[in-house]
Amino acid sequence: MALAVVVIARSRSLFTVIILGGAYSFLMATVLTVLDAVDVAMTEASVGAGISTVLLLSALYLCKKEEAAPHGRLWLPLAVSITTAGMLVYGTLGLPAFNDPAAPIHTHVVPRYLNDVMRETGVPNVVTAVLASYRGYDTMGETTVVFTAGVGVIALLRRRRRQKQDASA
Amino acid sequence: MRRDLVLRVIARTLIPFILLFALYVQFHGDFGPGGGFQAGVIIAAAIIFYALIQGVEATRKSVPEWLVETMVASGVLIYYGVGAVGPFLGGNFLDYFVLSHDTVHGQERGIFWVEVGVAVTVSGVMLMVFYMFASRAKDPE
Repeated sequence: MALAVVVIARSRSLFTVIILGGAYSFLMATVLTVLDAVDVAMTEASVGAGISTVLLLSALYLCKKEEAAPHGRLWLPLAVSITTAGMLVYGTLGLPAFNDPAAPIHTHVVPRYLNDVMRETGVPNVVTAVLASYRGYDTMGETTVVFTAGVGVIALLRRRRRQKQDASA
Repeated sequence: MRRDLVLRVIARTLIPFILLFALYVQFHGDFGPGGGFQAGVIIAAAIIFYALIQGVEATRKSVPEWLVETMVASGVLIYYGVGAVGPFLGGNFLDYFVLSHDTVHGQERGIFWVEVGVAVTVSGVMLMVFYMFASRAKDPE
């Protein structure tokens, strides 16, 4: 994965970047599987490695194949990104250890989800039960967001076609 | 890619299985990993795969754009509809307990229909984005 990142950062060919991005997503999916987050891994493999690679390729078909050469000074963006990364890493130091059973995330509502899910919903996959039942409003909002994104894409890309028809008519 | 025999034969063999797997992910989401979102993406991926091999025009014929557009909106409506059934049967919005005499069974039913809504919207949006990009590619700039 580190190799993929280095090549993505160095490469000027957008095609290479997109394919390596897909490969990176797929490796990330295997990491998530190792971490027992199979639902997330499935999403990462199908969306990250599959659909978004195809969409980026079809976008690449519409534009130049090479990245434009950078102009101006690179020190300011570099400093901003290093500072942000430093602050994020500093923030993770305050989090409880990954395998700490007393971490707040394991003591708040998770025990109820894990213990009562069969009695309350009868759905053995806790992830599905939490998504669709306990957090039904969240998922409703997410579906609406996906819907809005789709409508936005339709509005942006279709209006132009109609203008062209008007122009030719 | 339409002329590549190997790709075409493999695609024709694989696509039914991809769609079947999507249905498995959808309906088995209660018991194993998966659910509406993943199933929707896999359905869209299978159709995009078909479009890559057979061309966008052939895909537009079998999966027309109006159908995809309807899917985008109807998935959200299914979700909201399941939620709206609650108040009519004496519960709160998005209460699944009222959907059946047995509360657990009602939960299962509610989750099932909500996931169907998610799958329909997600696959519709993914396909719509792909169609939009593909139609732009065809236009001479």
